[in-house]
Amino acid sequence: MSAATRDAAVVAERTQLVAGTRVVDVRGLGRAFAGRSVLQGIDLQVNAGEIVALIGRSGSGKSTLLRILAGLDAEFTGGVEVNGRVAVAFQDARLLPWRRVRENVALGLRNDDRNAVAEKELREVGLGDHLRSWPLTLSGGEAQRVSLARALVRDPNLMLLDEPFGALDALTRLEMHELVLALWKRRRPAILLVTHDVDEALALADRVVLLADGRIAHQERVVLDRPRQRENHDLVEKRIRLLTELGVHEKGAVL
Amino acid sequence: MSALEQEGVSVTSVRPGRQEALGVEIPTRKRRPVSLPLRRPGRRFRRLISPLVVLILWQLTHTFKLISELKLPPPSELTTTGWNLIAHPIPAYGSLQGALVISTQRFAVGFFFGAVVALILATAAGLSRVGEAAIDPLVQGLRTIPLFGLIPVFLVMFGIGDLPKILIVALAASVPLYLNTYAGIRSIDGKLFELGRVLGLARGELLRNVVIPGALPQALVGLRQSLGAAWLALVVAEQINANSGLGFMIIQAATFLRNDIIFVVLLVYTILGLITDWIVRRMERRALAWRPDLVAQ
Ligand SMILES: Nc1ncnc2c1ncn2[C@@H]1O[C@H](COP(=O)(O)OP(=O)(O)OP(=O)(O)O)[C@@H](O)[C@H]1O
Ligand SMILES: [Mg+2]
Repeated sequence: MSAATRDAAVVAERTQLVAGTRVVDVRGLGRAFAGRSVLQGIDLQVNAGEIVALIGRSGSGKSTLLRILAGLDAEFTGGVEVNGRVAVAFQDARLLPWRRVRENVALGLRNDDRNAVAEKELREVGLGDHLRSWPLTLSGGEAQRVSLARALVRDPNLMLLDEPFGALDALTRLEMHELVLALWKRRRPAILLVTHDVDEALALADRVVLLADGRIAHQERVVLDRPRQRENHDLVEKRIRLLTELGVHEKGAVL
Repeated sequence: MSALEQEGVSVTSVRPGRQEALGVEIPTRKRRPVSLPLRRPGRRFRRLISPLVVLILWQLTHTFKLISELKLPPPSELTTTGWNLIAHPIPAYGSLQGALVISTQRFAVGFFFGAVVALILATAAGLSRVGEAAIDPLVQGLRTIPLFGLIPVFLVMFGIGDLPKILIVALAASVPLYLNTYAGIRSIDGKLFELGRVLGLARGELLRNVVIPGALPQALVGLRQSLGAAWLALVVAEQINANSGLGFMIIQAATFLRNDIIFVVLLVYTILGLITDWIVRRMERRALAWRPDLVAQ
């Protein structure tokens, strides 16, 4: 089966699933560290193929929520259900410095053609020339793309992205947005994207969830085609509302 | 300071950025001053100059009759002595090559067992809390015991055969290797273990991809230290109770006031030490190829 037909098959399968399947179902979730409550009463559902952006001030519990969904933290209260294959990309690209780029992407894969699959994925994120590079020789954007390839190669139903573009300059960030959208269009995984950046959230997400004081304080649904115009009237309004909820009042400011 | 740093290789400044590592100027990003330990061809030979000067001065002490050649035999005489010990051995000393084989065997066996035990213990202590609680206090205690104080104890327990010497070598080798490997495992970024969990790595995969390569730089520093300690331990152990080997040769030579023979044997020890050190260096260069300061070369 060619790569294109495989992708098409995956998209078809996911599109059928979209009719209601929940990839994430969180009910009444709470988490406390040493008695200090960080998350409480969180209800969050993510449908198959949906892009949800999670924004909130620093320390609002975004990473904590993501770690619980990734299965890295089991000390929570309430109900958490995650269906299907999950892949995670961290803010730091978190590559093994002593494994070459291709081996980093193939890490943990069990199939015989793991290296070929990893190579194909790296070509898709535009790193076909770096298969044999050492991670520490990559630029920040390149390292993040490797991290993205490592997540994608697992063909996830759910991608958990914890500020994967936080450390990148504005231009590289925009490039990464395009890349993520292109990959998403082809494979349609659900994406839960943590970000500080309201503009990033509005550019990418179907739904923006705002976390404050350990609760979901506000949600915005965005039903515009991508790529989106930042000046779109609807988006400008949503941006102002979100910034106000975050406690920032300057028009158009970025956190 | 680690062994790598001593060679002028900065160990702590592992930072991303290929262009930076290559020292290439790029206008769009902040540039940091980078000093690379470039290997120019003259460098190796420059390092040979001072030892050669010392060797010449040493020979001159003989030419100008400054010191009795009985006390400090010149390099020229040592070559003759060395050759005679190989080609025309006399019973009082035995042949140099015979002694070399015996000592090398003791070293190899002792070092091997010491290293294997150290690596197993360090892995157990580094990876599990129970292992740490059980093993670490013992080794920390062991390390405070003056090793050479144990030689007479071993003499009483095991006689003057090979066993006590092998044990001393094994002990000397194991302590630095254990300490460094343990520290190396503990220094691995916990985030990488988290990554392993997210990727669903099995125990073996985690060991092969995270634990071993992560602990390796520090473990290699330990390997070098333990090689040094083990050679020293062998020299001392062989001089106190032996009837064969390089150390025994030294004791015999001292009895007959043959400083030239002692110098030759010491030279052999030095060469052996240099060889093992060279092997570890080769291993380091292979195993640490991923470091940017080495990648850039
Ligand atoms: N392991 C931990 N032990 C104790 N407190 C923790 C732990 N992990 C997180 N916290 C606390 O939980 C709160 C939420 O942390 P979290 O990392 O989820 O914030 P965040 O929203 O991701 O912030 P940022 O945007 O800065 O990444 C913080 O106050 C933090 O100090
Ligand atoms: Mg965070």
